[in-house]
Amino acid sequence: MEWPAFWVSLRLALWTVVLLLPAAVAIARALAWHRFPGRFVLEALIALPLVLPPSVLGFYFLVAFDPQAPLGDWLRRWTGTTLVFSFPGLVAASLIYSLPFAVQPLLRAFEAIPVSVREAAWCCGLSGWRTFWRIELPLVRNGLLAATALTFAHTLGEFGVVLMVGGNIPGRTRTLAVAIYDRVQAFDETGAATMAAVLLGFSLVVVIAVHALERRR
Amino acid sequence: MTLEVSVRQASPVPLAVDLRCGAGEMLALVGPSGSGKTTLLRCIAGLQRPQGRIVCDGQVWLDRHCCLPPQRRRVGLVFQDYALFPHLTVLENVALACPGSRRRALAAARDWLRRVHLAGLEDRLPRTLSGGQKQRVALARALVREPAVLLLDEPFSAVDQVTRRRLRLEMAALRREIAIPVLLVTHDLEEAEMLADRLAVIHRGRLLQQGPVAEVLQRPASVEVARLVDIRNVFRGEVVAVDAATCRLRWAAGVLTVPLAGRQPPLGPVDWCIPPAGILLHSRCRPSRGARENPLHGRIVELVRFSGRTQVVLAPQAAPDCRLHLDLPQHVAERNRLAVGLAVGVSLLGRFIHLMPR
Repeated sequence: MEWPAFWVSLRLALWTVVLLLPAAVAIARALAWHRFPGRFVLEALIALPLVLPPSVLGFYFLVAFDPQAPLGDWLRRWTGTTLVFSFPGLVAASLIYSLPFAVQPLLRAFEAIPVSVREAAWCCGLSGWRTFWRIELPLVRNGLLAATALTFAHTLGEFGVVLMVGGNIPGRTRTLAVAIYDRVQAFDETGAATMAAVLLGFSLVVVIAVHALERRR
Repeated sequence: MTLEVSVRQASPVPLAVDLRCGAGEMLALVGPSGSGKTTLLRCIAGLQRPQGRIVCDGQVWLDRHCCLPPQRRRVGLVFQDYALFPHLTVLENVALACPGSRRRALAAARDWLRRVHLAGLEDRLPRTLSGGQKQRVALARALVREPAVLLLDEPFSAVDQVTRRRLRLEMAALRREIAIPVLLVTHDLEEAEMLADRLAVIHRGRLLQQGPVAEVLQRPASVEVARLVDIRNVFRGEVVAVDAATCRLRWAAGVLTVPLAGRQPPLGPVDWCIPPAGILLHSRCRPSRGARENPLHGRIVELVRFSGRTQVVLAPQAAPDCRLHLDLPQHVAERNRLAVGLAVGVSLLGRFIHLMPR
């Protein structure tokens, strides 16, 4: 069992959830309640990672953030670091790749809130922020839990993008999914089976816990 | 505390309405679906932004330079579907609308829940309440923030008949406690008649007539208003003679004498109406003095009994295509042994006949 790879996977999943959920809430809320030109294009772009092969996404990510490319060069000059083959790069790629898994459940949840409930809150004197905090957020609670579970579990098992963007640097970008692949390549089936079982068990526990929370409501 | 509204808009629903509602007064907005009643309430609440001017209690809510958001309008709005916050208890639903400290909000919420007869249900969630209870929570929530105007959007439409009757009585009692303008949107004329002081008839976004309820229902300004307030006896006629006290009205079934209440009508074509209560049935057993006034003979073509009343539809002998509607107490219908096909005599009481310019 490669514990460093497990911790990299766990850190990656947690960072993705923490950074992605607030953005997903804002995006889903805007898509649910605002009609603007190009809305459908935006929805399609968000859903794109669902159908795009991870290697394609990883390839474009590498191309964009290569220190020789304008964007990568700009980032290196401003931050002194590069996203390619680094943990922050893994997180950035994961944010894009997991976007639909976070946005879709939240979008459905926001769409389910009747307009009159929000209007009633305004007529009760609640500001836009208080309406969001006291009314909207509690009402999309189940969507939020589903988005958390899906994003977490999906990131934990990510393979293609991780391998393309992060490479396979032990302790930094080598995740459990990549480690399992390595072990299989090395004909170490016992090691691969142990890690696969850990990944399966952990994902299962997270998803069951989230569903249990959802049902308690 | 007076509400003055003068709004115009072309879309999404056309609107051109000027109205005024005084403190403690209830103004019922009636009209068919899609006529703009709810849109008008939404404009007053600040949920839509029309052009025009809205002033309440001396404070400008809307004019060319300002448009206050709903939060700053001191409006109590009861939505048609009540729009309760489903994740909050009854007490929290009401307390959330009350400004000030939490302790004060909870005390005010409890007080209003007691006033709308919901004491004991504070900890329930909205989904466990009946339609009538939800309506009362919505009302308490609208009133707890001491609004400057109360807006009711068909508040009784989602409850059963029995609950509706009880809620109307409660609303009539509650009205005496609150000295603010109340606007009631309703389809139900009976409801408007029972609760409101004044009636505003809206159609296709235009205000057709407003005035005391009895006046609008008995003296509609036009055939359009008459149809909208469900006056069934509307006919075409012609004023053929006028003197100081009466005029002579010719219509399909003869000539009627109409006492003049106000100014003299010009000679020529008019529309006229008479409420069912203004048609007197000639007793078949004992002729009365009233039988001499605008008598008319005809045959009963329809007869419906409900709630102790009998609705009779009569085809006049002289104009068999016309239909006159009468409302009679059931005992009168039974005593006269009324039945479909029976020939009867009626009098069209002149003081109930209302002429409308065509």
